[in-house]
Amino acid sequence: MPAAGVVMIIAVLLIVLAVVYYLVSTIVALQRITNSLDEAITGVVGIIEKSAPVDEVVTDINTNLDAGVSLLEGLLVKKAGMQDAVGLVDGLYPGAAAEGFRDFPESKETKAPRISEVYTKGTLTLARLGREAPIAAASPNGPALRNPAYGSTAARGLYPEIRQTRPQAMPRSPVIGTDSPVQYEPSESPGVRKRMPVPAGVGAAPAQGQEQAEGGIVKSGLAFLRRFKNDDEQ
Amino acid sequence: MTLEWIGDALLLLVVLPVVVYLLRGVLNAANSIVPSAQQIALAATAGSKDLDATTLLLTTQDQVKTTIVLAADYGGSLDVILDDAN
Repeated sequence: MPAAGVVMIIAVLLIVLAVVYYLVSTIVALQRITNSLDEAITGVVGIIEKSAPVDEVVTDINTNLDAGVSLLEGLLVKKAGMQDAVGLVDGLYPGAAAEGFRDFPESKETKAPRISEVYTKGTLTLARLGREAPIAAASPNGPALRNPAYGSTAARGLYPEIRQTRPQAMPRSPVIGTDSPVQYEPSESPGVRKRMPVPAGVGAAPAQGQEQAEGGIVKSGLAFLRRFKNDDEQ
Repeated sequence: MTLEWIGDALLLLVVLPVVVYLLRGVLNAANSIVPSAQQIALAATAGSKDLDATTLLLTTQDQVKTTIVLAADYGGSLDVILDDAN
């Protein structure tokens, strides 16, 4: 065989070896890619299966929340009025008035009063309870509940407490100490007095044993109430 | 005879390098895809695991429904006991 033929055979063999080496390496790399993609497909299928009901559930949650928002916004606007409702929201969440209420587009143009500076949160709530509320029992036929200039005073008048009328003389606060007009004896058992306290200048109270003889704790309580009432009348 | 040597030279100096160059390019491209595919697989697996909590959405759904019903009940009562602004 001529030398040129031998060299040609060797050259072809080298080419074939190179092709085999690179193709086998490529096949191995492609198999690793295939395995990874199989894992990815499994994960993606899991994602698809798990996220399938999400749309329906989230839509339902949003629907319920939308209903809740509409309910609360509607109730707030209905009870407080648009201006005060916007002011209340802005007072609780500064800047929120600019966004307005979702179901009331006109609320965006409503100028929010500075409610948080005029009323405390509790006062505003109580003021909005209305004349029929128990808190307003002291002045059921009084003037308007709110006065923008003197809001806290007007709201304070809702409380059924005599101090709101600013009387000339109020009962003094209880005096305590060794020289106080009403002396309490130390009790041997908690919650049970040896005898009821007696204000200065009043006759001695009946003994505890006597009260119990009249009917026990209930009667002694009634006796105390009677004395309390008599003290008030005096 | 000279032509045979020329053919040998072409095979060894031109064809073999070209074949090697092309196949190496294919191998490099395939190898570069492997890490990306593995990262995709890891991300998909992690994403699937993260979505295990979606079953809690059913609990959230029930609780939101209950909350709104309660709020509606309170709202109805407030609507009765409170005066309207206007």
